[in-house]
Amino acid sequence: MIANLLPKTKYTVLPMEPVNKPDLETKKPEIPDGLFVKCPGCLRAHYIIELEAASNVCPNCHHHFRLGARERINTLVDPDSFTELDADLLSSDPLQFPGYAAKLSDLAEKCSEPEGVVTGLALIHDHQLALGVMEPGFMMGSMGEVVGEKLTKLVETATERKLPVVIVTASGGARMQEGIISLMQMAKTSAALARHSRAGLLYIPVLTDPTTGGVTASFAMLGDIILAEPGALIGFAGPRVIEQTIKQKLPEGFQRAEFLLEQGFVDHIVARTELREFLAKLLKFHSCCGRNSCDSGASRDNRVETKKT
Amino acid sequence: MTIDIEFKLREMKSKLADLRELADSSSLNLEEAITQLEEAIARQEKEIYQNLSPWQKVQLARHKERPTTLDYISLIFDDFVELHGDRRFKDDSAIVGGLALLGNRSVTVIGHQKGRDLNERLRRNFGMPHPEGYRKALRLMKQAEKFGRPIICFIDTPGAYCGIGSEERGQGQAIAENLMEMSTLAVPIISVIIGEGGSGGALALGVADRVLMLKHAVYSVISPEGFASILWKDASRAAEAAGVMKLTAQDLLELNVIDRIVEEREGAHRRKKEVALRLRRIFASYLQELCAKDPQDLLTERYDKYRRIGPGKTPAPDKASVM
Repeated sequence: MIANLLPKTKYTVLPMEPVNKPDLETKKPEIPDGLFVKCPGCLRAHYIIELEAASNVCPNCHHHFRLGARERINTLVDPDSFTELDADLLSSDPLQFPGYAAKLSDLAEKCSEPEGVVTGLALIHDHQLALGVMEPGFMMGSMGEVVGEKLTKLVETATERKLPVVIVTASGGARMQEGIISLMQMAKTSAALARHSRAGLLYIPVLTDPTTGGVTASFAMLGDIILAEPGALIGFAGPRVIEQTIKQKLPEGFQRAEFLLEQGFVDHIVARTELREFLAKLLKFHSCCGRNSCDSGASRDNRVETKKT
Repeated sequence: MTIDIEFKLREMKSKLADLRELADSSSLNLEEAITQLEEAIARQEKEIYQNLSPWQKVQLARHKERPTTLDYISLIFDDFVELHGDRRFKDDSAIVGGLALLGNRSVTVIGHQKGRDLNERLRRNFGMPHPEGYRKALRLMKQAEKFGRPIICFIDTPGAYCGIGSEERGQGQAIAENLMEMSTLAVPIISVIIGEGGSGGALALGVADRVLMLKHAVYSVISPEGFASILWKDASRAAEAAGVMKLTAQDLLELNVIDRIVEEREGAHRRKKEVALRLRRIFASYLQELCAKDPQDLLTERYDKYRRIGPGKTPAPDKASVM
């Protein structure tokens, strides 16, 4: 911490290829020594601490850098309202994949989160909700059994307690090392969401950079209302795979959030700084009418209950 | 095309042909030699197909003579009427579907169709569907639910197509919707992987009450080539990848991803009718069992079946925290 504040004589200049060099976009722990980061949008250098204070959004061109799950939760929910669920769930290495167990324990030490998603119950402007936030810093938010199980449990809890679900996605897709078990998480999460939906409950996925592969082909696309962050890469196949398949360059802006909005797959693009207010508004629309309406009194009761747990 | 695992077999067979020709054209008595060679070929065949490596199974699953969905449909069912189109964009011929009769039971049949010759393969995009293919499948499944017909799906695809049009029309959304809807369709669903089960594009027809797999079929999160390319940056290590991916029917039965392996002996391409007949019998008995269930129980069991896959683990509490 203190080392970060000391003046330095040398500054690191970072290359700026947002898609091919995703690691450089996320802040700690990938750039432990850097004080500055160059914005891939406007090429300006930003003081990292200032950038963090602005939720990793470039103050100049509003480019959205990737954001860790914990920081995301802090920007979204009412202070001290987040109660985490299943924090200690870990992968059982279902395929006994060579070298995977060692990689996981190595990452657990290096990364701020032990897996690809953080789940829990929280309040946004006093509206209670079940919240899942994927962690792009952990194996690119890839979905293995832990991501699938935590999200399924979250959705089941929400169905039981008649709560809306918000999932902030950021994932490169399936976790290769968990093979077919990863693939089955698509079916598992989708089935849980089907039950939640049939109970007349609201589900809002918020798609952030990147949302691809198995996550796009399951819970990311199953929302009643689908939101996306500006400029986020969203697609089934990654751009490189498509370019290899069709043997040509993809047009500028292909598979970006704005493209999906135009194609009709996203309801709204919402800037990170406005997301909390926007979600609060949508939650409010769904709390004052319809079959699962609950008055603000019930909402307050829930809050008491959450704090106790 | 004959795959390399059959190389020795081909050699023996050409020798047998030579022998027969010689026996016909000369007065030599070669009957004993011919019988011996025939027996050796049968033994060799059996041995090859009992000890296939995962990579050999991948090759066999992709074998150009491997029976396709339409082959099985014509062999298994008593009548079939194909239905076309997703009612939204177009008809995707990489997925076929329609009405079929199994004995006196009416069912909806849907499957990937790879094609049996180059022209058909091109027309059907090698069994790689676009979103409209999955939407057609869903339309037919919803129709099946409306009329209380069970659904039988044949899975045989390298994967959902990766291209500009498929992204523009929401490949991910189409697959996701199938997964969600299939989990709550109130009619029995049986899926069988007959060749390649490639990733989400396969799973989009694979959320079922019973999942069967032919003995030499494969089912995986990505192709071995893709796997090797992502993890080791080297697509040429596909054979090695197949070895660690757990993509064979035997592995998947152990992992509880499938419910039953369907015997195909020396490969379904050599045992087409036999395999079809076996599938027919299995379908009939599963349908009898599943159709007798209360729809609510059916859905609960289907949910639980997928719910159990990949529970993760919670570390055992250490002594300090117990105390």
